[in-house]
Amino acid sequence: MKRTKLFRKVAALLFLLLTTVSLSACAVESDNSVRVYNHVKSSKTITWGVKYDTALFGIKSVKTNKLEGFEIDFARLLTKKILGKDGKAKFIEVTAQTKIPQLKNNNLDAVLATMTITDERKKSVDFSTPYFNAGTSLMTKTSSPIKSIKDLNHKGRVVIVAKGTTAADDIARLAPKAKIRQYNDYGSCTNALLAGQGDAVATDNGILAGIAKQHKGLHLVGGTIAVEPYGIAVEKGQTKMLEAINKALKEVKADGSYHKLVKKWFGDIPGFSVKEAEY
Amino acid sequence: MLSLLAANWSTFLLGFWNTILCSLISLFFSLIIGSGFAILETVPNKFWRGVAKVYVEIFRNIPLLVVTMVFYLVLPTYTPLKLTGFQAGTIGLSIYSSAFIAETVRSGIQSVGVGQMEGARSNGMTYWQAMRYVILPQAFRIVIPPLGNQFVNLIKNSSILAFVAGFDLMYQGDIVASNTFQTIPSYVLVGLFYLILTLPLSYYMQYLEKKGV
Repeated sequence: MKRTKLFRKVAALLFLLLTTVSLSACAVESDNSVRVYNHVKSSKTITWGVKYDTALFGIKSVKTNKLEGFEIDFARLLTKKILGKDGKAKFIEVTAQTKIPQLKNNNLDAVLATMTITDERKKSVDFSTPYFNAGTSLMTKTSSPIKSIKDLNHKGRVVIVAKGTTAADDIARLAPKAKIRQYNDYGSCTNALLAGQGDAVATDNGILAGIAKQHKGLHLVGGTIAVEPYGIAVEKGQTKMLEAINKALKEVKADGSYHKLVKKWFGDIPGFSVKEAEY
Repeated sequence: MLSLLAANWSTFLLGFWNTILCSLISLFFSLIIGSGFAILETVPNKFWRGVAKVYVEIFRNIPLLVVTMVFYLVLPTYTPLKLTGFQAGTIGLSIYSSAFIAETVRSGIQSVGVGQMEGARSNGMTYWQAMRYVILPQAFRIVIPPLGNQFVNLIKNSSILAFVAGFDLMYQGDIVASNTFQTIPSYVLVGLFYLILTLPLSYYMQYLEKKGV
């Protein structure tokens, strides 16, 4: 009768898995449109999901062990606008893969992490008005013969992208003959490019500019191949929080503090137009 | 979850196939390499024992990811050898697993009584004949349970391919998860696919063990 015992065990295991899945699906629903906003107001803290690995936007500096970048400063600025002078900004790291799940399970109040507004993502989260007009660009070794997206549209060409980014779709659309290889983060992408595992890295120009600035022998080519406006994401249905963020965005754009921040971080990057990036 | 599978079945299937392929190749080579080093570890010659010991200790004590990255990033940078993620991952996995298999098989060989070897030699067999016809058949029977563990580990470790764009099950699962945002169902499906591979293997190994080969 060992066999029945075995099947019982397997069945129990499957049941456990299925309940976990369905329970976690239930937890997302419920609650009303002001929950996150009220929570933020009462705790005087906004928990932002930000990047820890993206130069210029959000990076944990190896030297100072502090978070720095445009989006970090921007999150602090918005926090003060929404909560007043004594509002606090808390930061949690997200990656392309974890940002939406973490937003859904309430680890985060909002995601401010180089997140492109797409229709597909709008099904899962709500976006603020755009705050940064990024564009997908290409980075190659300076010795590479590749000068534009057209050079990549050949059999045998390999384009490197980060998992969960929109660049993969852009490449599939604009250079359908190229092969796409995806890696977990931008560090792995850069290492793969340097080791010759691909011909170019494709992702947002601001991110690439940050990488190219640190690595001699890498440069941006071919201009922007697709427009990718960044938005701040909140959990779907949290309209009160979204309204507060949009209002704060409008205010910082009007009083010039937004422009100052963009200029501070991107003003001296060669080949990068502040005017194009600003909203 | 079923609808997710239905919408992405070709993605998952490609990953499943690559995982099987990588596992089979690694299984084959790690078993051969591992057994070879296991025999070397027990030969009377001190030099060759030392060589085998060094090999086993190095690859048993370095993370699989490091071994794989050497083949994927370091070799292509400094040598003309260009390896794809699948190749680098499979080579790394074979070498890494072979060190564990070598230790497993060695323990099997050493647990066969010395009398067996002495008996075989006194009946006129050479050292290698005794190894081949007397010691190894008994040793492999003894190590079937731990060897089964190593094989299951090997299949699970093939998820290393996800880090080097090897298009395996884990890699494809990552892609589905990040494209559909259905993170939990995606990884549950990946887990179930791995179970399809590892559970039958586990039970086959238990069957062999009971049958006594």
